[in-house]
Amino acid sequence: MSQKLSDSRLDLLDTLESESIHIIREVVAEFEKPVLLFSGGKDSVVVLHLATKAFWPGKVPFPVLHVDTGHNFPEVIEFRDRTVERLGLRLEVASVQDYIDRGVLQERPDGTRNPLQTLPLLEAITKGKYDAVFGGARRDEDKARAKERILSLRDEFGQWDPRNQRPELWNLYNGRHLPGQHVRAFPISNWTELDIWRYIEREGIELPPLYYAHEREVYSRDGMWRAVGPVSMPTATEVVEKRLVRYRTVGDMSCTGAVESPARSISDVVLEVAASTLTERGATRADDRISEAAMEDRKKEGYF
Amino acid sequence: MSTLNSATLNQTRTLLRFATAGSVDDGKSTLVGRLLHDSKSVLVDQLEAVARTSAERGFGGDAGGLDLALLTDGLRAEREQGITIDVAYRYFSTAQRSFILADCPGHVQYTRNMVTGAATADAVVVLIDARKGVLEQTRRHLSVVNLLRVPNVIVAVNKIDLVGFDQKVYEDIVADLHKLTSGMHMSDVHVIPVSALEGDNVVERSTNTDWYTGPTLIELLEELPAIDEIENEKEEFRFPVQLVIRPQGGLAAGLDDAVYRDYRGYAGQISSGVVAVGDKVEILPGHFKTSVVGIDVAGKSVDTAFAPQSVSLRLADEFDVARGALIGAAGTLPEPVNLFEAEVFWLDPRPVEVGARVLVKTGTSTCQAVISQIIGKRNLDTLAIDPADKIEVNDIGHVMIKLAVPQPLEDYRDYRRAGAFLIIQPQDGATLAAGIHTNLQLVNYTI
Repeated sequence: MSQKLSDSRLDLLDTLESESIHIIREVVAEFEKPVLLFSGGKDSVVVLHLATKAFWPGKVPFPVLHVDTGHNFPEVIEFRDRTVERLGLRLEVASVQDYIDRGVLQERPDGTRNPLQTLPLLEAITKGKYDAVFGGARRDEDKARAKERILSLRDEFGQWDPRNQRPELWNLYNGRHLPGQHVRAFPISNWTELDIWRYIEREGIELPPLYYAHEREVYSRDGMWRAVGPVSMPTATEVVEKRLVRYRTVGDMSCTGAVESPARSISDVVLEVAASTLTERGATRADDRISEAAMEDRKKEGYF
Repeated sequence: MSTLNSATLNQTRTLLRFATAGSVDDGKSTLVGRLLHDSKSVLVDQLEAVARTSAERGFGGDAGGLDLALLTDGLRAEREQGITIDVAYRYFSTAQRSFILADCPGHVQYTRNMVTGAATADAVVVLIDARKGVLEQTRRHLSVVNLLRVPNVIVAVNKIDLVGFDQKVYEDIVADLHKLTSGMHMSDVHVIPVSALEGDNVVERSTNTDWYTGPTLIELLEELPAIDEIENEKEEFRFPVQLVIRPQGGLAAGLDDAVYRDYRGYAGQISSGVVAVGDKVEILPGHFKTSVVGIDVAGKSVDTAFAPQSVSLRLADEFDVARGALIGAAGTLPEPVNLFEAEVFWLDPRPVEVGARVLVKTGTSTCQAVISQIIGKRNLDTLAIDPADKIEVNDIGHVMIKLAVPQPLEDYRDYRRAGAFLIIQPQDGATLAAGIHTNLQLVNYTI
C-alpha cells in the first residue's frame, strides 16, 4: 500500500471497512460481553472477517452464536464449523429443534422456522449474559432496516422500538444500557449488497459453495427456485428439474429460494449483482414476502 | 440499468454522505425519489411495491402515479400516516460515486433530525419552494448546517416549473441567500433551479433553464470533496485511543508467536490529519512525547495513514496509554480543560436546567459533568443568543459545562471530530444532546 499525502482519499471499500472496524472496536471496548451472530451467510462472514482485521494480530476477542433452525443447508453448517475452528473461536449453538422437541415452540403451519428463531436467540443472550450482540444486518436490505441504528438498544424482551431510537451523531456511539437491556450492533449497516460482494472479491474471502452457480434439483414455488430437501419437498404438482442455480441469500432451506445463474466465480457474481434488477430479499426470501412490513414486525419482536 | 452497471464496478469510486433538509411541502420526498429513480437505483421489485401501494391509496400525483415518498418511508406507521418519522438512510450510486443519503424529515423534531443527518454529512441539500423563496425555515436549516460546519451546502430551488422557469425568480432567491449566508460567514453555497416533479436539473439537465449554466444536482454531488479531503489539509493529526492491542497468548491463527509476542498497538480511528512512520507525537493525559514506529491498517503495515482510517499505531516508547487517551502531532495538542463553553442541540423531551448532572462523551472517553451555567439559547431567526433559564427539546442552548476529569476538547470550528460530544443521561443512558465546543467568549453574558 503506497499512499501519497496529496492523495488522501479513501476509496469506497476502504471507507466502509474503516467505519466497520471502528464500530467493532468501540463495542468491544465499551461492553462486558459481546457475541457475534454467525450463520455462515455472506454478511456475517464479512463481519467476522472485519473483526479479525480489527484485532490483528490478536484473535477475535468474542465468541460466535448461531441460532440453528434445523433447516439450514448442510454445506453452510459445515462451512460454519470449519471457519470457527480455523479462527480458534468458541461457537455456541441455540437450536430451534430443541425448543420444538421440548414443546416450547410449535412448528408453524407454513413450515417456515425463521420467525421461531427469536425465542432461542433471546434466551441464549440472557443465558450467556451477552450485553452486545453483533449482527450482519444492512440498511439497504429492507425499509425497516433502513431506519435501524448502528447500535440499537433492546429491552429485556429484545424489542425494537423504531419510534424511540437514540439519535446517532458523528462517530460517537452511545451504548449505555440498563441491566437486562442489551444492544444489537450492526457494523456493516452502511454496506450495500454490491459492496459486500466487491469486498469478498477484493479480500478473497471464502464463502459456502452454494453462493456460486451449481447444478441442483429444484422446483418452482412462488416464483422462486426451491431446493429439494428433507424440509423442502415439492408437492405432487410441483415439477422437479435440474438447473444451474446459486443463492443470493442463505437462510433456511424451507424459505430461501435460489436464482438461476451461470455465475461460478466471485467476479461473475459481482457482475451479476451489479446488473440485477431485483433486491436480494425480494428475489429469494419467502419470509419477507408475507407483507410489506414483515421485517419490521419480526424486528419489533426481537428478531434481527 | 445497463448504462449504470458497467460503471458501478469502477474500482476507485469514493463515498459521499449527504443529508436532505426541507419539508414535504417543498417536495423533498419527491426530490429524493427523483434522485433514486433517475439514477436507476430503484430495483424492479421496490418499484412494484411502490406502484401497488400508490394505486391502493389512489395516488395520482408525481411521476406517473408513483408516490416516490414511499421509497423512503419504511415503517408501517409512516406509510399509514403518510409522514416520515425518523431519518432514513438510502444508498445509491452513479458512475462516479456511491452515496449515502440521510433523508431527514422536516416537520416533526426537525432540529433533532437535521442534527442527526448533518453531523456526519459531507454535504446538505436544503430545499426551497421557488414560489415562496427564502423562508424562516430556510434560515433555520442553514443555521444548523452552519453551526455543524457541513462543508458543502446546496440549495435546490424546487418547483421552478411552477414559476415558468423564470430566471428572475431564481436570481432574486440567489441574492436573498447570499445576504443570509454572508451574515453567517458561510462559504460557497451552490444554488440550483430544479423541478423534482419533472426532473429538471436533478439528474437530467433541463432544456427549460437555458440561462442556468451551473451543474445539475447529481453532477455537483459527484464532484464535491468529502469532508476529510478538505479537513486533512487543515487539521493536525488527532487520534483517540479506542483500545490497546496486546495479543499475548491470544494470537490470531497462523501468526508466529516469536514475532508478535510483544506486539503493542494503539487501536483507533484517525479523527483528523495525517500520520507517518517517524512522526513525533504527544499523548494526553500526561504530555508524553514519543514517535511513531509503525502503522498497521487491518493487518498491513503502511508508511502513512489519514482520517478517517482505522489503524493501530506502534510507538517508540511504552507509556500507560489506555482507552480515552489522545495521541496527536507533537506540540499541537490543547491543554485539557474542566470548564468549557458549548453549543448544545437538545434532543430529549426532558428539559435541562443549571446543576443537572450528566455524562459527556467525547472521542473515546466518557466522564461525569454538570451543566454549570445556561448562558442562553440561540434564536435561529436573528442568530443572537437570547436569555434562557432552561433548554428544551429542539433548542440550541449555549451553556458552560464543568467536567469531573479535564478533557482535551477543541473548538469545533477548528477540529470537527475533536470538538464534538454527546450529553448522556447517567441513569437511563439516553442521548440528551449533541454538543459542540465553541469559544464565543460569552461566559460573562448576563442572564
